[in-house]
Amino acid sequence: MPSVSYRGERVELEAGESVLDALLRAGFEVPSSCRAGACQACVLRAENGEPGAEAQVGLRPAQRDLGCFMSCMARPSEDLEIAEAGLPSSKVRLLDVLGWGGEIFRIRLEVPLGFAYRGGQYVQLVRPGALIRAYSLASHPEDPWLELHVRNHPHGKMSGWLTSAEPGAELEVRGPAGDCYYQAEDPNQPLVLVGMGTGMSPIYAVLRDALRAAHRGTITVIQGARTTDELYLEAELEALGSARNVTLIRCALEGPPGDPRIGDAVERTLEACPSFKGCRVFLCGGAAQVNALKRQAFLRGARLQEISSDPFISGAVSA
Amino acid sequence: MSVYEQLGGAAAIDAAVDIFYRKVLGDDQISRFFDGVDMEQQAAKQKAFLTMVTGGPNNYSGKDMRSAHARLVSQGLDDGHFDAVVGHLGGTLKELGVADELIAQVAAVAESVRDDILGRQKQAV
Repeated sequence: MPSVSYRGERVELEAGESVLDALLRAGFEVPSSCRAGACQACVLRAENGEPGAEAQVGLRPAQRDLGCFMSCMARPSEDLEIAEAGLPSSKVRLLDVLGWGGEIFRIRLEVPLGFAYRGGQYVQLVRPGALIRAYSLASHPEDPWLELHVRNHPHGKMSGWLTSAEPGAELEVRGPAGDCYYQAEDPNQPLVLVGMGTGMSPIYAVLRDALRAAHRGTITVIQGARTTDELYLEAELEALGSARNVTLIRCALEGPPGDPRIGDAVERTLEACPSFKGCRVFLCGGAAQVNALKRQAFLRGARLQEISSDPFISGAVSA
Repeated sequence: MSVYEQLGGAAAIDAAVDIFYRKVLGDDQISRFFDGVDMEQQAAKQKAFLTMVTGGPNNYSGKDMRSAHARLVSQGLDDGHFDAVVGHLGGTLKELGVADELIAQVAAVAESVRDDILGRQKQAV
């Protein structure tokens, strides 16, 4: 029978036994709940070996690509090396910091060797002092850098450090992770892309990717910001927005009186999309707005599996 | 043969979750109980629930049902809310073309966990 290696121990599987049952029998504590491949509480990651398709049913494509599987459903036919469903890590240097209007900055980092990702996925950055924050990747794998869009929060421990760091500063990058990337399942499907604040970072990457793949369906892009100054990427978005099938809506909560761009991104999105039936939806930005839009998109007909959302949660901020 | 098998197994349950969850979330009587929950996790739980009530593979116990809903009971979850959810369950299965007698079977399974979900002692029938 095949065996599984976990935390330095090798456990031989008994006939018909799942990976979860074998680990529990060997005395490991692995969280689990339904034990029927539904609740995903027992997800682990295969570093080597094939866990089997049955153990990955219902997982997100990005999770499957990382080797994640439900241990309760895994009855592998080959040896597996498994670990917690955590992320791979590498050291990189900071290349460039550029102020982009308001409190928004563009940060570029070296691409770690062998780093395979899709634009719109996210990484965890670890700076000296073991501080960790997650950022989405605005770059495309063909770009010679990783690009992040960062809001400099007042008292932000990571954003303050990043936006004032010198090129050459060393950081750890963990990931990539997340499923907020263009998946090209159906080139005719309408896309709705909403980026609020620096949530525009993954949206920009998805838009670039979709247009590179010659996506044929309509693409509605909504950029929302706090102030009109922070409607960054203007030239880049206007250029991409000139494609025949792209509708670009840019709005900010505050700006000069009478500016037609003043408006709320959630409201503008719902006006532009009375129905989400059949749409592939990407929502990125502050958690409250993203979660509100996600619910509305679902209630207006989008399938849950066709909504990718990245709610940004600010790290704890010390006063 | 279980309703789960007659429906077509796990793939059919996936389709049912989408319909069921949209009905539940669109119902103003009960939607507040879903405020702030992760929609994917919730859908996974609903899949497990639909799998259970249709007689598919599951290992849920009354104790799981009780602890999972304790927080909602403290927020006022009651028989009316439970009835609304069972109504949406029936509506979902009807939309999927399930025969009334099978829907009744499923509703009976859901009924059997009512007291667990509402955090009560089993009532004599």
